Amino acid sequence: MGRVEGKVAFITGAARGQGRSHAIRLAQEGADIIAIDACEDQPNIPYPGATEADLAETVRLVEALDRRIIATKADVRDFAALKAAVGDGVAQLGRLDIVSANAGIGVDPRLTEDVPEEVWTDMLDVNLSGVWRAAKAAIPHMKAAGNGGSIVLTSSAAGLRAYANASAYVSAKHGVVGLMRTLALELAPHMIRVNSIHPTQVDTDMIQNEATYRLFRPDLEHPTREDFAPASQTMNALPIPWVEAIDISNAVLFLASDEARYITGVTLSVDAGSNIK
Amino acid sequence: MGRLDGKVAFITGAARGQGRSHALRMAQEGADIIAIDIEDQMGTVPYDMATPADMQETVRLVEALDRRIIATKADVRDFDAVKAALDDGVAQLGKLDIVSANAGIFSFGTMEELTDLEWDELQDVNLKGVWHTAKAAIPHLRANKGGSMILTSSSAGVKAVPNIGHYVAAKHGVIGLMKTLALELAPDMIRVNTVNPTSVNTDMIQNAATAALFAPDLPVEERTREVLGERFKTMNAIPIPWVEPIDISNAVLFLASDEARYITGVVFPVDAGQLVK
Repeated sequence: MGRVEGKVAFITGAARGQGRSHAIRLAQEGADIIAIDACEDQPNIPYPGATEADLAETVRLVEALDRRIIATKADVRDFAALKAAVGDGVAQLGRLDIVSANAGIGVDPRLTEDVPEEVWTDMLDVNLSGVWRAAKAAIPHMKAAGNGGSIVLTSSAAGLRAYANASAYVSAKHGVVGLMRTLALELAPHMIRVNSIHPTQVDTDMIQNEATYRLFRPDLEHPTREDFAPASQTMNALPIPWVEAIDISNAVLFLASDEARYITGVTLSVDAGSNIK
Repeated sequence: MGRLDGKVAFITGAARGQGRSHALRMAQEGADIIAIDIEDQMGTVPYDMATPADMQETVRLVEALDRRIIATKADVRDFDAVKAALDDGVAQLGKLDIVSANAGIFSFGTMEELTDLEWDELQDVNLKGVWHTAKAAIPHLRANKGGSMILTSSSAGVKAVPNIGHYVAAKHGVIGLMKTLALELAPDMIRVNTVNPTSVNTDMIQNAATAALFAPDLPVEERTREVLGERFKTMNAIPIPWVEPIDISNAVLFLASDEARYITGVVFPVDAGQLVK
């Protein structure tokens, strides 16, 4: 008996990285999946976006677990597209129990006074407003079914404390906490729980790129993964440079499962102790 | 395959209530148990405390799961007794991976009413006893090259409520202790977190003295579980009066397991949204 057997989970940013890992982990424990991803390069982001081939690979991996998955190319900046994708997924899979609002973009490092208007706007539009839109698209289905549910918003260690040169990201991820707390209050009467997850650096394309390497190693002209690791580790209390996507997925799984049936309004750090360091 | 196969867990206050539930839940997932409890009454505690018969029942229930348990009558206020019980358990079971510092007491009075004895007994058990537990365990966890400590704090460890100032102070103190331990032990891959329950359906709240605290306006015969439940419910965002011990056990299990291998320094409410309300 899987820990989320018979449930349906909606995951944004599911083509690769943490989102794909969440889809696979939840499917391993018995859930069917509604997946979306923008599958496009994002403006002002110094690494390539996911592709339709990535999303197809997520579909293949979930289906290899004998679970169903309805995947749609949709951008969290487009509410109509989100609503249509969720509506279609629920129509095909029959219900909605779990939401993982995971889609997010990373940091193009700059001092706050140097952030261009469009960079700030894009960051907030994806990393905060996109989370709101994902919840907004899901809530009517969860309320209507009357089964309760669990919404997990991906914030960040940077949702609880600041880091220099990432003000738009820090602001958006702090905003996710405010959104989570508001949703937790509004949805508690419906037994719909809402929590946020706060990862430290996760070993995905969002951090494993030269822009991030330069943020951490401004002393080097072309820093590498190996140069980045010790600098990244200084953020954490545990002596590790980063966590793996599966570590976030295991936390999402716990919060999504009935084992957490009365946990709501919680900021759960999966951060190797970076928040207390 | 259990989620704690091959691990050994030390649990204080294990004779009944949350402690017994933690022992059973962890044993279900494959852990052997080292259990202690005061199994005696304390003068300032206004409800019946656990007995040797309660501990015998915990032993019976764990052994019925085909797990081993070493149970000792020991008071967390007595460091030498805690250390002796734990050292003996580790000698018999071979190692230590998990610590649940769960033992706690409850009494009440406004800040101007509380006596020195009420204050001191509660601090000695609920804060100093947690430190004693950690102190006794740390050498074994270091020898084990890693582990997970879960300290039982409370929603009152984050937010005050009237009439239990000594409890609020002790449970806030547990969070300070947890954060310090998390920093000190991170280099050894020993993780330290708190669980922060709302009201839990155990003897600590289901007793005449607590009923009087919640319903001083009602005659004793009208202080029914239903009436009290409605009053407890006002503290939570999710419309339930209290959570069950198993809900705390499931959170302890998650934090104890390797699924949480990089989670440390975290305050983890299991509180039906009390802290966001």
